[in-house]
Amino acid sequence: MKQETSKQNNLKFFGIGKVIPYLKKYRKAMLGLVLGSLVGSLVDIGVPLFQRYALNHFIGEGTLDTIVWFVLLYLLLICGGALVSYYSTMCSMQVEVGVDRDLRNRAFSHLQTLSFSYYNQNSVGYIHSRVMSDTQRIGGLVSWTLLDSIWQGGYVVGAVVVMLVINLRLALLVIAVLPLTVLLFSLFQRKLTRANREIRELNSQITGNFNEGITGARTIKTLVIEKKMERSFVADTATMRRKSVGAARLRGFFAVTMNFASSLALAIVLWKGGVIAKTQIGTFSMFMSYAQGMMEPVRWLVDAISDLITTQVNIERLSRLLETKPDVRDSDAVIALYGDSFEPKRENWEALRGDIRFEDVSFQYPDGDEKILEHFDLDIPFGTNVAIVGETGAGKSTLANLICRFYEPTEGRVLIDGRDARERSQLWLHSAIGYVLQTPHLFSGTVRENLLYGNPNATQEQIDRALELVSATDVVAKLEKGLDTDVGEGGDMLSTGEKQLISFARAILADPRILVLDEATASVDTITEQKIQAAIDTIIRGRTSIVIAHRLSTVRNADVILVVKDGKIVERGRHEELMRARGTYYRLYTRQYEDEATSSLLG
Amino acid sequence: METETKKKTKEEKSFQRKLLWRFLKGSKLFFIISMLTAAVAALADMVSPQIIRMAVDNALGGKEADLPAYVQALVDRFGGFSYLGEHIWIMAVAILIVAGVKVLAQYCFRVYNTKGAETLTKTMRDQLFGHIERLPYAWHARHRTGDIIQRCTSDIDTMKRFVSEQMTSIFRILVLLALSLGFMISMNWKLTLIAMAPVPWIILRSFYFHKKIGAAFLDCDENEGKLSAMAQENLTGVRVVRAFGRERYEKDRFEAQNEYYTSLWMKLARPMSRFWSVSDVLSGIQIMLIVVFGSVYCIRGEMLPGAYIAFLSYGAIMTWPIRMLGRMISEMSKAGVSIDRVAYIMEAEEEQEHGLALAAPMDRDIAFEHVSFGYEGSPEILHDVSFTMQAGTTLGILGGTGSGKSTMMLLLDKLYELPEGGGRITIGGVDVKDIETGHLRKNIAMVLQEPYLFSRSIAENIGITEQDMPMERIREAASAACLDETVESFQKGYDTFVGERGVTLSGGQKQRAAIARALTQKAPIMILDDSLSAVDTETDARIRGALEARFGSASILLISHRITTLSKADKILVLDHGRIVEQGSHDELRQAGGIYQKICEIQSGSAEEVATA
Repeated sequence: MKQETSKQNNLKFFGIGKVIPYLKKYRKAMLGLVLGSLVGSLVDIGVPLFQRYALNHFIGEGTLDTIVWFVLLYLLLICGGALVSYYSTMCSMQVEVGVDRDLRNRAFSHLQTLSFSYYNQNSVGYIHSRVMSDTQRIGGLVSWTLLDSIWQGGYVVGAVVVMLVINLRLALLVIAVLPLTVLLFSLFQRKLTRANREIRELNSQITGNFNEGITGARTIKTLVIEKKMERSFVADTATMRRKSVGAARLRGFFAVTMNFASSLALAIVLWKGGVIAKTQIGTFSMFMSYAQGMMEPVRWLVDAISDLITTQVNIERLSRLLETKPDVRDSDAVIALYGDSFEPKRENWEALRGDIRFEDVSFQYPDGDEKILEHFDLDIPFGTNVAIVGETGAGKSTLANLICRFYEPTEGRVLIDGRDARERSQLWLHSAIGYVLQTPHLFSGTVRENLLYGNPNATQEQIDRALELVSATDVVAKLEKGLDTDVGEGGDMLSTGEKQLISFARAILADPRILVLDEATASVDTITEQKIQAAIDTIIRGRTSIVIAHRLSTVRNADVILVVKDGKIVERGRHEELMRARGTYYRLYTRQYEDEATSSLLG
Repeated sequence: METETKKKTKEEKSFQRKLLWRFLKGSKLFFIISMLTAAVAALADMVSPQIIRMAVDNALGGKEADLPAYVQALVDRFGGFSYLGEHIWIMAVAILIVAGVKVLAQYCFRVYNTKGAETLTKTMRDQLFGHIERLPYAWHARHRTGDIIQRCTSDIDTMKRFVSEQMTSIFRILVLLALSLGFMISMNWKLTLIAMAPVPWIILRSFYFHKKIGAAFLDCDENEGKLSAMAQENLTGVRVVRAFGRERYEKDRFEAQNEYYTSLWMKLARPMSRFWSVSDVLSGIQIMLIVVFGSVYCIRGEMLPGAYIAFLSYGAIMTWPIRMLGRMISEMSKAGVSIDRVAYIMEAEEEQEHGLALAAPMDRDIAFEHVSFGYEGSPEILHDVSFTMQAGTTLGILGGTGSGKSTMMLLLDKLYELPEGGGRITIGGVDVKDIETGHLRKNIAMVLQEPYLFSRSIAENIGITEQDMPMERIREAASAACLDETVESFQKGYDTFVGERGVTLSGGQKQRAAIARALTQKAPIMILDDSLSAVDTETDARIRGALEARFGSASILLISHRITTLSKADKILVLDHGRIVEQGSHDELRQAGGIYQKICEIQSGSAEEVATA
């Protein structure tokens, strides 16, 4: 994670500055939120004043002369307060979900432009949390946390002011309790945040344990380690209980401090202000209300500050994502002519023929420290079938990555139709490429939606034809709703073989000039395997194809075979040449030939 | 699940009740203490306004007090109200003392309630985990992991909250209501009636609102899940997206779902804001009623100002609990579903000994006698399989996918049990049914084709079968499995952490780790179920050589496709669609004219043939 090394805590004002541009759109709602919460706090401050009046005037003077006005005004206060609260919560929700949505859209579309080096350096889980949870926390911060801070802060300030105005000496005594509680709260708050994080981590570990206990059930049984697994599980749950109870103690102290501080303030009011009760019972009652009501808001404020501190991390991570520049980028001139990934200018696109040439290409992965290609030359005229073979994990995808311009050469050039790939836009190239992955990747949705992924305008005949070409007609016919069957998340409702066939049909429908095939190794039954094989033979016809082959029998007819070992190309040539050479290819081939012949015999 | 849609039978209900009691074992006491302390805290909460009232009305106001005898006695001990009026600090201290009692009780409530909740969670989790570990393998094969995990996590959480939040909160709120009602009535029953008038309304409103909004929340959650899955799919499928140039489509799709999800929340904004603000109005009016009518009663002389202030305090204390009550009750219904879902797991029968549970010697001959077997609900896949294997020899098994060879191994290890009439499997003449399961499995070291490694260090993985296995034994096993060098080349060596499901190791490395793990068992029977498939031929040979040298006395069952691997076996079975079609030694079979011979020819002659082709 090279990009993650930049030090944290380097953002000013908790990184709020990074968020402000996203708030501009919600200027009105933000204003409503701020004003609403200010007015809301005023209403809250007002209620004890009404009670004071009732006690001082009505009861103190024994008259109900103004009761009608009093009731009307009181009702007005209540309803006004409710209206303000309605308005400000509406504003707050609008800001929250709006900012959340905007940030998510922004992050998502930015991710569509980031290079593969970014995806290789950061796990999907990590990126996913940036899109889904960071945005949510930030949305919550600029709405509810803000609303609460203003409301509660306004209440504390207002209450203090009113008390000071009415009785300076008593007010000062009550206020003296505040700094003490703030100090205590902040102390606990930090510990509590840490404890909460520990508990969250433990909790996910326990979930992981469950997962292991269930997915690993067979192994656990054969090894007879049920007891051991249970012991370590019980140890984890015991730690969890200890930590949780510890956190509860902390939280308990928190609540105790707050409640006791309220009572302390109350006791002070009674002790030093009791005399007032003789003449102005209302004022006494008002002081009681404020003294008790002030502590809860103070706690809210401390909470809000800790929220701000924890959310800072989210802001940092998200803005780092948004500020990451893609390694592979179209130049401004190219974008001006060809358009970008989202707004292509197809009218300016020339047709792509499918000639590929590597010219003195050297390459090294941005996160790797070894040169994978050095001064590599290869000519792939249109229609050529190139096969890349080698052990699993030997780095066979590199060439495909360069052809697709997922990466760019460190030195030298990759020419498409005789021109440097960098002279045209990525989308121009990608629109002419078909890509079939080793582990077929389907999207949730229907079979039809998946087939149309590469060519949204394909007709029904084209679809039928594509399915027929890869012998997937049966597969679709067997499905409950045919083409309109939902394939589930990641296509999980289909078997691996079925997914593979669908992804072939998808590639055919796109009718690409260049086809990249990362061939399947997945265990499928023999019949499906034969079907897949036939499908491959069909679809590479009439295209430039790069086949990353695991099954060597499929590459015998390839125009060029490149043999990769430990990330480097060690042999190249046609099948016969390589067999005669008796090198790596020969060894790989004979071994696989045996395996395959055997399996076919055993059926 | 079917069990949920079905109406609960009496038996199920009583099972669930018993289950809940079983889970509550060890935490019941904590909950009882927490409820008692909650009641004490509520009482203390109620006393403090009474002190203020006495201070205002009697001590400072000098009015005649109408108090219960024991309170009056207490006051008299401190010198009576007139004395207290002069020394009001005594009453301030009294407030602090009551506050001290209150916060202490509150603290205890929190701690004991959490202790109860966490003990309950722990008991539930531990019991579930243990139970799941002991469920037969057939059960595991039938159920989806995600669903079980959901039951073990979020359903457990719902049940915990039912007991520790909903039940205790409802109890606490009811105590609070009852006490304040009592105190208020003792001061002025008419004002009490007026003050309480809006309460039932507030509770019912909150109940129905949360009941209704619950469905909307669920909808939001589901759509958030969809959105999240969409992002996940886009990220994992980034190659497909780019290669088809579908960035725009993805962006539009995501934004549309994002918009929809956002709109669901926006739709909720209005009813939620309305609910909250109307609740504010109702609570506000409740207080106002006290203010206005309290004033009237005070002026009429039916009530003293101190009592009036106390009324206001009770009103304030009750506001939140009343609002919570409806919500708590409406959320209780969720627990029922969760108990159902957890009970479904707990009801399943654990693996049991159906035989004599003997600790029979295992270094004996293994025999399959007329074994026929099919998985539940599927056609038979082993048909009348019979063979014997002498102790200490190696048995090779050759067969295609689905020929039943792995099933044979599962049956031998009792991961599935042979049904009545399905033949017998014996070790040293003892039916495996009669051998104690743990004993049997400990003595059979089994390595699967796709081995499962645990998310622990490599050393812990290899030495997992024993507590604190010495490092020498681990390394010995690792080097026999040709893994030692590889591991040494890792930065952290044997302490390298194996990622979830062993992602940081390659397929071959995982297989070798699993072989090393099996070797530490030092079992007299070893099963290698195609477990060298991802290892290259040379390493394969080296591993087999090491096995031979170090564990020569063990009986080894070897499943493989490679003739070179099988050829050294003392006896080889060729399995075709669940039947043994050939058996004998390599030398016998290579000339028998069957499948084996053909495969032999392919695998030995191929190199030359292909090279010259």
